[in-house]
Amino acid sequence: MKVIEVENLTKRFGSFTAVDNISFSVERGEIFGFLGANGAGKTTAMRMLCGLLKPTSGKGVVAGYDINRQSEKIKASIGYMSQKFALYEDLKVWENIRLYAGIYGVPEAEAKERTEVLLEELGFKEERETFVKSLPLGWRQKLAFSVSIFHNPGIVFLDEPTGGVDPITRRQFWEMIYKASERGITIFVTTHYMDEAEYCDRVSIMVDGRIDALDTPRALKREFSASSMDEVFRKLARKATKNGL
Amino acid sequence: MAVSLSCNNIEKSFGKVSALKNITFEVNRGEIFGVIGPDGAGKSTLFRILTTLLLADKGSATVDGFDVVKDYREIRNIVGYMPGKFSLYQDLTVEENLRIFATLFKTTIQENYHLIKDIYSQIEPFKKRMAGALSGGMKQKLALSCALIHKPTVLFLDEPTTGIDPVSRRELWEMLRKLKYQGITIIVSTPYMDEASLCDRIALIQNGEFLKIDTPHSITQSFSKKLFSVKGKNMGSLLNKLREMPGVVTCFAFGDSHHVTAEFDHGPDGPITPESLRNKLNAVGEEELEISLIEPNIEDCFMDLIAGNRQN
Repeated sequence: MKVIEVENLTKRFGSFTAVDNISFSVERGEIFGFLGANGAGKTTAMRMLCGLLKPTSGKGVVAGYDINRQSEKIKASIGYMSQKFALYEDLKVWENIRLYAGIYGVPEAEAKERTEVLLEELGFKEERETFVKSLPLGWRQKLAFSVSIFHNPGIVFLDEPTGGVDPITRRQFWEMIYKASERGITIFVTTHYMDEAEYCDRVSIMVDGRIDALDTPRALKREFSASSMDEVFRKLARKATKNGL
Repeated sequence: MAVSLSCNNIEKSFGKVSALKNITFEVNRGEIFGVIGPDGAGKSTLFRILTTLLLADKGSATVDGFDVVKDYREIRNIVGYMPGKFSLYQDLTVEENLRIFATLFKTTIQENYHLIKDIYSQIEPFKKRMAGALSGGMKQKLALSCALIHKPTVLFLDEPTTGIDPVSRRELWEMLRKLKYQGITIIVSTPYMDEASLCDRIALIQNGEFLKIDTPHSITQSFSKKLFSVKGKNMGSLLNKLREMPGVVTCFAFGDSHHVTAEFDHGPDGPITPESLRNKLNAVGEEELEISLIEPNIEDCFMDLIAGNRQN
């Protein structure tokens, strides 16, 4: 079953083509890495998939809904977490969980019970009353991820979730991603850590608004005669022309 | 070798949070010194103290012989500082931003153009564009040009590569190499462990403490455990089984393999070897194994140091 299916998706801003006719699909439960250089069009593409931006042309279905006509339904059916903003710093740990549960329509009694289960699982019981702003970044990101899948979405979009996180916590974060994918949640993730590209089932690499490569990490390394995903990335990104980086 | 920066027992707390604990180190002229650690480790606080933007609670520091408290005016004239957050004027053009910085330091773009030529020439075609409308990599290049235009002797770069893709990161490091050969001392912070090998010396920082200060080579040489790379058909179950194995201290995913640490001579069944690991993993049903003894990189060392700290 496909959770994302897009065809010829394009977004232009004036004379600038940010996303240039991309087509791909993502299967249920897949961990899909969405890579590309700064300015390659990742954020624009992701915003269209999340129902936050209307495409100039092309079509797509995310979590069973049309990105051109049912963007509100998409927003309610997905999870989203970014490095920059994920939680309310001036709310306590438990308040953040309950707030998001409420926004996504999890029934109150269920939310109450599962909040405590989640705190236990994360080992956060003693931090229940802590304000999010005083949590270390790594803890915050683990909490943000748990909150983003609290309503059991079919798919969760993670935008550089591990940026700046220490190397052990970064790996624990990926173990949480694996668990979520085993539960059937599809993971759509961007990262600048090339070792993390290896943890994905499939990886796409955007260059100048197009998807220039899409396959399993193993197949990509074979195709580009590279020993690591870092090398694959460098070989592809070197072709970029329009973003002036 | 001339000392360019000296930092002695610097401490800083914010309320109950101790941001820096007893930080002591020296940087030589023309060195690239990396401060490497995750967000929240204290990197920016240290940079702000050394650039005279923040007062330490305890300790002292000098930059080019000037005291960070007494001689703050002199220091502000001789250092270049690029903060982690893009801090130029978004609604001025590329060229206007650069000219403001040159003027503030009583110089001109022409006078020191040779210093920024390699970097600035790449964004010069866009010099009439508003700084706010630049891409991430271009903003970085403009910020670096502005930090260099007054010909500083010491350059502080706070996370210049955070959120920047691997190709642009590599370019930035090439630029830093060139600046080093012009005699500029560079103190740079980064959360990316793989950038450590590009520095002459590094400090690994976590929770406000320097865990280690040395050359990248000496740090990897001092790794105290055996390290194995293990690949198999099912990486998920392999991870769990390795963690349960007697003698294994830690096991973490590392790109397309798992990195496993083990004590040198301990373990109930004698020291772990690639062969003994293979036999045990075969016995619990793991297939298509590739196991080898490997040399650690900086990330392995950092993880070993913080794992040790967490246990204590």
